[in-house]
Amino acid sequence: MKFSYYPGCTLKTKGKDLDRYGRLCAEALGVTLAELPDWQCCGAVYPMAKDEIATKLSAVRALASSRDEGTELVTLCSACHNVIKQVNHDMQTDADIALRVNNYLGLDTPYTGETTVLHYLEVLRDRVGFDAIKAAVKNPLTGRKIGAYYGCLLLRPGKVMRFDDPENPTILEDFIRAIGAEPVIYAMRNECCGGYIAVEDKGAAVKRSSAVLDNAAAKGADTLVTACPLCLYNLKKNGGRDDVAVVYFTELLAEALGVK
Amino acid sequence: MSHGNNAAEQVLRSSGVDVRKCMRCGKCTATCPAFDEMEYHPHQFVYMVEKGEIDKLAASPSIYKCLSCFACVERCPRGVEPAKLVEAVRLAVIRKQGMNHLATDAIPALLDEEMPQQALVSALRKYSK
Ligand code: SF4
Ligand code: SF4
Repeated sequence: MKFSYYPGCTLKTKGKDLDRYGRLCAEALGVTLAELPDWQCCGAVYPMAKDEIATKLSAVRALASSRDEGTELVTLCSACHNVIKQVNHDMQTDADIALRVNNYLGLDTPYTGETTVLHYLEVLRDRVGFDAIKAAVKNPLTGRKIGAYYGCLLLRPGKVMRFDDPENPTILEDFIRAIGAEPVIYAMRNECCGGYIAVEDKGAAVKRSSAVLDNAAAKGADTLVTACPLCLYNLKKNGGRDDVAVVYFTELLAEALGVK
Repeated sequence: MSHGNNAAEQVLRSSGVDVRKCMRCGKCTATCPAFDEMEYHPHQFVYMVEKGEIDKLAASPSIYKCLSCFACVERCPRGVEPAKLVEAVRLAVIRKQGMNHLATDAIPALLDEEMPQQALVSALRKYSK
């Protein structure tokens, strides 16, 4: 199984573990992630305005080069995933944006949203299958109580992301079961950690992140998993408690597959 | 007044939002995680843009408090997408010369060791042009 892979800038720096374990696990599961040779930073936030064109170009470049490779495009960082999937949706549904982007880029073949964008978790669920993952587990995480932290960007907007039910997701809980642990359901699992507000209003980030962690702890979680470097940062730095570990889901998968 | 109307038209065009779809249920505001930090809340953006009160919104710190969490977009029963209005008003401000909310040289002081690139790139995209 071969895919194009877009790591994004944070996975090359502060978020190296998300990437490193993701690659190791993919290999162990027979999935080839071929890093796009010429990717540029996606900008980390989806430019919502219809008249923002320049800020959508790097996502379209990645989408077009994946199309040219003839492969589906896999992302791992929740933020990159959100940006690239939403921009792809614009290219499919907004003729004006698509025209202006293509005028700018001057590609040999104009890009009109042909590429399928998959989050790594979608590859696990829809291409590999959680049953196959369960069968590949060498060290089941038996007895661990793990809360899925979806945050915002994997799920919303639901009609664009089409990742899971945006208000009642199950993909991460199914993942947690596949690696032998017990999923903990808590209300704040798909509410915001504060995101980039941490840069200039730490107090606001502390409020949001501690609400998430306190809720997960009250429901008995010993660990939270995330696919987002900024969520990981906020929950660890601004969540105000250290009795709940916060880790990338790829790290737990690597542990379970015995490749860590 | 004509200035106000032009600004409102620009915000409507840039956001793609149809404010007339709003039924004033307040669900967007009820679910907004930035509620405490905001002076004007998502449902107020909707009716203030409809009334052409762009100047008030543009002068409010509220435009820098939105977390772009898409909760209001997801949970609005009418598909209004209030976050897109917040973004369009903020863009109308920071696109003007000298109106960046976050200057690049102010950044080093805001950083800590573990803060990921993603945070900075996001903040720059949201607060500066
Ligand atoms: S996107 Fe912004 S306005 Fe909408 S709910 Fe989230 S923080 Fe509030
Ligand atoms: S949730 Fe939608 S319909 Fe209700 S007040 Fe907000 S924008 Fe209007």
